[in-house]
Amino acid sequence: MPATYKFFAEFAQTWGLLYFVAVFLAVLIYALAPSRKNRFDAAARMPLQED
Amino acid sequence: MSLWSRHKIFETNSIVLVIGVLIVIAIGGLVEIVPLFYLKSTIEKVEGIRPYTPLELAGRNIYVREGCYNCHSQMVRPLRDEVERYGHYSLAAESMYDRPFQWGSKRTGPDLARLGNKYSDDWHRDHLKDPRALVPGSIMPSYPWLEQNELDLTKITQDMKVQATLGVPYTPDMIEKAASDVLTQASADDPNSVDLAKRYPKAQSRTFGGNPRKVTEADALIAYLQMLGTQVDFKLYDNKANVR
Amino acid sequence: MAYAAAAPHKSMTLGEAGSAIAFAALALLSIIIAAKAYTPEYAFHAYLFAAGSVAAVFAIVNRYYERPAELPPLTIDGKPNYNMGPVKFGTIASVFWGIAGFTIGLLIALQLAFPALNFDTAWLSFGRMRPLHTSAVIFAFGGNVLIASSFYVVQRTCRARLVGDLTPWFVVLGYNFFIVIAGTGYLLGITQGKEYAEPEWYADLWLTVVWVAYFLVFLGTIMRRKEQHIYVANWFYIAFILTIAVLHLGNNATIPVSIFSPKSYIVWSGVQDALVQWWYGHNAVGFFLTAGFLAIMYYFIPKRAERPVYSYRLSIIHFWALIFLYIWAGPHHLHYTALPDWAQTLGMTFSIMLWMPSWGGMINGLMTLSGAWDKLRTDPVLRMMVVSVAFYGMSTFEGPLMSVKAVNSLSHYTDWTIGHVHSGALGWVAYISFGALYCLVPWLWNKERLYSMKAVSWHFWISTLGIVLYISSMWVAGILQGLMWRAYTALGFLEYSFIETVEAMHPFYVIRALGGALFVAGSLIMAWNVWKTITAGEDVREQLPQATQPVLVAAE
Repeated sequence: MPATYKFFAEFAQTWGLLYFVAVFLAVLIYALAPSRKNRFDAAARMPLQED
Repeated sequence: MSLWSRHKIFETNSIVLVIGVLIVIAIGGLVEIVPLFYLKSTIEKVEGIRPYTPLELAGRNIYVREGCYNCHSQMVRPLRDEVERYGHYSLAAESMYDRPFQWGSKRTGPDLARLGNKYSDDWHRDHLKDPRALVPGSIMPSYPWLEQNELDLTKITQDMKVQATLGVPYTPDMIEKAASDVLTQASADDPNSVDLAKRYPKAQSRTFGGNPRKVTEADALIAYLQMLGTQVDFKLYDNKANVR
Repeated sequence: MAYAAAAPHKSMTLGEAGSAIAFAALALLSIIIAAKAYTPEYAFHAYLFAAGSVAAVFAIVNRYYERPAELPPLTIDGKPNYNMGPVKFGTIASVFWGIAGFTIGLLIALQLAFPALNFDTAWLSFGRMRPLHTSAVIFAFGGNVLIASSFYVVQRTCRARLVGDLTPWFVVLGYNFFIVIAGTGYLLGITQGKEYAEPEWYADLWLTVVWVAYFLVFLGTIMRRKEQHIYVANWFYIAFILTIAVLHLGNNATIPVSIFSPKSYIVWSGVQDALVQWWYGHNAVGFFLTAGFLAIMYYFIPKRAERPVYSYRLSIIHFWALIFLYIWAGPHHLHYTALPDWAQTLGMTFSIMLWMPSWGGMINGLMTLSGAWDKLRTDPVLRMMVVSVAFYGMSTFEGPLMSVKAVNSLSHYTDWTIGHVHSGALGWVAYISFGALYCLVPWLWNKERLYSMKAVSWHFWISTLGIVLYISSMWVAGILQGLMWRAYTALGFLEYSFIETVEAMHPFYVIRALGGALFVAGSLIMAWNVWKTITAGEDVREQLPQATQPVLVAAE
């Protein structure tokens, strides 16, 4: 693995970019999946339901 | 134990959260910081950069102690007005022995990266004592205590030893002679100054603070200020050799 | 010895005995260090450590004799038995340090306008007072608000008592002891010379111990929770605690000259030290002053508005995006310096992207009020918090703008930066903190309401005027300064000498100090109001059994 600027830049601009997009999509899917709607709605009310 | 097993699933979640946060925050820091230590182009190769003399190091520590970095930068940017106002833009190599770096973030006062040899020692001495005596509009605090406080020479060897551990090229010879080098550099006609200049090229020896009877904090600070930005000879510096 | 004296069924816990012994050992070590210290300043700090440790041993043993044999139960009648003592301490400490920090800020603002106020005295000079100001407002005021609010929020949202008996107290008291050591150190000239990380190695070491305890108490309480889900405010608190730990360790990696010397040298040097410093410095903003206070926003605004947060999903997306992107932004403090260009470009790019999650947070905070905007008219506490979110939006728009290299070439090194920081620090951090404090004080001391709502309104309007004066004078000053530095005459010479640019700043420095004075005045009103609420406020009336069901139906 050559420790040159060119090597790192090319790696970041291809695989790095792809990786970040994938991670971002994963977060989006986790947050927006309809199956989790009820859970998140309940979670949002937590501070309001204290004793 | 039953409590443990009942809550296990939820506890796993908070640990997952902790690990997730750690991974996510690690990426940016690692990608930006680690290459700085490995890419050779980070610090250019330049003639003339040497570690601080013991007196300059003591002066630098006073600069840090008084918080000069709160108002003065030591980083000339490669912009036309800055290069014309202060001098050649700063190179990474020029601060390679700076622990901590003192590039600063604010210019309430002017940049000091190229301050060395611009003003006389007398000017610095009077200016530190009472800035408004020389520059009426100045808002810099006065530092009258610097020329009264005697410089503490007893621990400078230890300081240099720690720096050597961290990779500053102080030789055992330099460390051994540290205390006497301070006295040599802070006096006008010490015959050892030739030797000193061999250990530390271009080191200037004289009574910086103007008091020949004792070595004060003013001596050390002015010695430091007078060497700032003077190590590299920019007539010989070829910036094309370091295109990055 | 304490063991033997106790009644047979009462015995010291492992924590009590262990901490008493540890503090006794620390006291002994401190006395030895004090005796052999290289400088009198360091000896003074060693004696402070010794005195603090002896006091800790006394407090632990005394508390043991006073307390009943059983430690406080986790629940009483099925309801969590919350531990609010450390929260109360942190709340009072925040008010105290806030006033101290703002006042020192006012002093240094005046020093820049009238340099005679440095009094030719070492400990009063600007270079030593300025770190005292920044540390007092960020770490002392902000830190206490964060610790107090996090201990409150984690207990309430997890419906569980804080983990540990002595440990929560160790966290708040130990943290405030760190502040005393750090602050007195600056005045005595003990500093690492790294912005916002000035405390020397031994203070850093102490803070590390306190911080690990903080993390364990917080995480332990979350693990004790009755709810399955971890409420999003706690996510932000966890990110804040963890990341600050990582940053603190990375940026303070130093080797002391000796255990008897206050001085240390950092293992990084020059350009690497610069990047590590601003990786730390910018993320102190990102995780201490942003993530931590977003946690406050996510609990206190919904609570005060009596409405759930606008979009819980948005909070999850913006959480991960924010903590991921922030870490990269540090190099924008080093534009056009000797830092390699690729790092500067990365810093700029991520700073611009950071605009999105920041505004995600702002939208989420503001829109929580949707359908209940009328409360802004009637509740000055809520108004303060909502204005703080608006300031957050403004500074997080200005920040990415200033990280663009072309803009930065003008703004950097000028007072524009100072104005930007204060729009965030006064407008966002301080206002959301004031809001949280105004909420917390009646809740903690079981008062029906604050002593005076009118005083809150006065506080709000006086300090808002102060902020406006502050940031607008610094914008003008900074841009003027930047333009004067780069101004050329028709003949191609630099038009102004440096000192002319300094002199041009004078009127703006006076206006800024005026703004600061108003802000201090506002905080004094708050202190009075907090004091009166605690001492003369109307106690909460005993609740009738049928009143226990939620009264929130109308909010939807």
